[in-house]
Amino acid sequence: MTVGASLLMIFSAVLTYLYFTERAAGNVATMIFTADTVWYAPFNIHYSVGVDGISVVMLVLTSIIVFTGVFASWKIDPLPKEFFLWFCLLSSGVYGFFISTDLFSMFMYYEIALIPMYLLIGIWGTGKKEYAAMKLTLMLMGGSALLLVGILGIYYGSGATTMNILEIAKLHIPIELQYYFFPLTFTGFGVLGAMFPFHTWSPDGHASAPTAVSMLHAGVLMKLGGYGCFRVAMYLMPQAAHELAWIFLILTGISVVYGAFSAIHQTDLKYINAYSSVSHCGLVLFAILMMNETAATGAILQMISHGLTTALFFALIGMIYGRTHTRLITEMGGLMKVMPFLGVCFVIAGLGSLGLPSLSGFVAEMTIFVGAFEHTDIFHRVLTILACSSIVITAVYILRMVGKFLLGKIQDPHHEHLTDATWFERISVVTLLFFMFALGSAPFWASEMIHNSVLPVIGQLIK
Amino acid sequence: MDYSSFLQMREEFSLLAVMVFLLIYDIFAGEKALKYFQPVALVLLVAHTALNCVPRDAFHIAGGMFQYTPMQTVVKSILNVGTIIVLMQAHKFLNEDANRIKRGEFYFLTLSTLLGMYFMISSGNFLMFFIGLETASIPMATLVAFDKYNRKSAEAGAKYILSAVFASSISVFGMSLIYGSTGTLYFTDLATLITGTPLQIMAFVFFSVGLFFKISLVPFHLWTPDVYEGSQTNITSYLSVISKGAAVFVLFTLLIKVFANLVAQWQPILYGLAVISITVANVFAIRQQNLKRFLAFSSISQAGYILLAIISGSAMGMASLVYYVLVYMFSNLAAFGVLSVIEERTGKVRMDDYNGLYQTNPRLSFVMMLALFSLAGIPPFAGFFSKFFVFSAAAAQGYYVLVFIALLNTIISLYYYLLVIKAMFLNKSENPIETVKSDFPLKLSLVVCTLGILVVGIISSIYSQIALFSFGM
Repeated sequence: MTVGASLLMIFSAVLTYLYFTERAAGNVATMIFTADTVWYAPFNIHYSVGVDGISVVMLVLTSIIVFTGVFASWKIDPLPKEFFLWFCLLSSGVYGFFISTDLFSMFMYYEIALIPMYLLIGIWGTGKKEYAAMKLTLMLMGGSALLLVGILGIYYGSGATTMNILEIAKLHIPIELQYYFFPLTFTGFGVLGAMFPFHTWSPDGHASAPTAVSMLHAGVLMKLGGYGCFRVAMYLMPQAAHELAWIFLILTGISVVYGAFSAIHQTDLKYINAYSSVSHCGLVLFAILMMNETAATGAILQMISHGLTTALFFALIGMIYGRTHTRLITEMGGLMKVMPFLGVCFVIAGLGSLGLPSLSGFVAEMTIFVGAFEHTDIFHRVLTILACSSIVITAVYILRMVGKFLLGKIQDPHHEHLTDATWFERISVVTLLFFMFALGSAPFWASEMIHNSVLPVIGQLIK
Repeated sequence: MDYSSFLQMREEFSLLAVMVFLLIYDIFAGEKALKYFQPVALVLLVAHTALNCVPRDAFHIAGGMFQYTPMQTVVKSILNVGTIIVLMQAHKFLNEDANRIKRGEFYFLTLSTLLGMYFMISSGNFLMFFIGLETASIPMATLVAFDKYNRKSAEAGAKYILSAVFASSISVFGMSLIYGSTGTLYFTDLATLITGTPLQIMAFVFFSVGLFFKISLVPFHLWTPDVYEGSQTNITSYLSVISKGAAVFVLFTLLIKVFANLVAQWQPILYGLAVISITVANVFAIRQQNLKRFLAFSSISQAGYILLAIISGSAMGMASLVYYVLVYMFSNLAAFGVLSVIEERTGKVRMDDYNGLYQTNPRLSFVMMLALFSLAGIPPFAGFFSKFFVFSAAAAQGYYVLVFIALLNTIISLYYYLLVIKAMFLNKSENPIETVKSDFPLKLSLVVCTLGILVVGIISSIYSQIALFSFGM
């Protein structure tokens, strides 16, 4: 499993390298490395894959998180074989989703990524896991039901003879159909992106899931939502996106602020982080709906940045929980003294989350807000300022959390004899930290790649 | 009269030959030879299936009484495979001392219902259709009451025959009205003679009750849970897959062949039936503790999904219907196979008995999980593809709202399927079901079903082959 995960890392590095060489060689096609096989001819379903800059960075993100997730669940118990079976299925669903350029296979991989969650949370989770697993699965499947109607609507509405996204984008879907199917598709993906009011699965699900699953889910799976909104809903139905964006802007604005406020109120470490994810993922959708290059680039950067940060958070929380057997910050204190390594990493993760320069969060949020301020009308301004305020609220809950359970006096005498991180935990944490710093201090390699790939979609929207 | 045309009814005669042979074998063979009764029967059926699986050109004989289209071969082959799987699963049950003397009857009755379905599928005249329907129903009632000293089984038999006869008498009344208004019972003539007069609409409504009963759509479903619960599990699976599969196909062909002019009338009827069947069955299924009743309601809702393919009335609809039946057969028979072996060995059919099944019977619970995921329409299992095709057949005709309702219902259905999976994998139990040893034919049948669930969706040529023979309005 470790070997497999490392191989994934290497493959994604190679893919990124190849991608750069191919682009440097002057290939300007929207998608490169494409392959296309006819699958179900009567329905024009092809199995077609290809990558652009957005997919490449998402694939790199996925392999980082799968790699670290394997190390974080080094001592999973019971049924380790089954755990990794489902974990692999989940990861393959995510990979497949990011490389699909066909609506059908995209939808199929989307669902493949959802269903292992039930068993992963239900069997290996903690707390009220059965409730959380059921809630998460049903809500996400509800989202996919909306999505399927949307996809069928796009396919039959456009009169396309293919399910290929790039081909459908060239056609025009009648505006009255777009009015129906844009909200369906956007909401369908938005459920996975934890858009208010469909975010309620996220705190329960993330809090109950085992460490690696929380990491993969908050780190990558929630990005499927943002990616899908961008690649399918906005790209294929630009007119309706323009007309209806205000509704979704309000909803995502609420997610951003509401998620941050809810996080202040929580005492369970995982719940704090889950609500913070709602807030940060809300920002992704918020930025996409701003519909300009800068904001969209920022949205993709935010996906990566949040993926890394939140995965690091969940990994650290899992490690701390494995030692203290509690996640309530009221029952802990002074942990910095007994586990300095984990403590310091936690602080760095926290600072990354609240957007400290040189860490990834700063780059992403900065780009988003610069993009959002390009709109000069009152409506966008007010929403942008509200969303900006979430940074301050983030600082409140992060600092409060760090202060309560890492600093101060040790509350529970049992905690005095806890050990610091083991070697496999360190690998996991250091890898994530490395990429956070890398993205924070040298964002240009990623942002340039993303920027070029965002252009076709934005071009469609501006037209 | 030229009898050579009868030879064209190849499938029917081949099945009849197997039946007669088995009957004679059962009566005249000695104790020693009877040991091999089941293997011989299964081999013969496999041979029968293999010989008749190649579609021929369309033809009609006996003055249009018997009409053959290549699609029928596909459907009949699916029914054959399903029947063989059911009989393999019943192998152990029929080898028990109490049942060994009734073994021959079991086979003969099962195959007669199959023969009835053959005629029903190939009929070109309402009389022929009615004979087929009855040949399929009456032996079925005997099978339901097969375990006659079991009070529940006997009750189920009585319930089934009474409601079946009631439904078919209404159906016959409908046919008589059709005859009264048009003067013929031949499908080809009726296609033009049925023009949509009020009498003909009434005739259609009465007539279709018989088929709706067989498919067990709400509100004609009330017999289903009781009969499914009361009869022996293998019979239940036969009833839920084979009998239903034949009936939905016949309904589709009749609607597009005979009642094509009434399309404005039957589409809203089917629309309503689909919505209430799916919804009511799903809501009731949530509350079921007995897994046989649970699967009964699940099969009612599955029938509702099939209506989405029928309502489209297109060639695409027919292809997706047959494909749906194929996938549904594999998934449902896998679920029933696991259910039957556990009931057979331990007598347990309640959901809480299944708590912690994964600890003691990992393979069986795995097969059950695959089957339930496939029924719920989760990729990459075949059920996902069949549901997608059915939905897109309906969406292609613009029934987006219906598709939406059906999709919302798949979430409800996912909830109750997950309840079973939760019981098997998540829940802990003080005394879980002990490790069950399954016999070879059952294992083989489960392997076939599992392969079907895993492979049928991925290999697209299966669908393309089916689509080749399909036709619509």
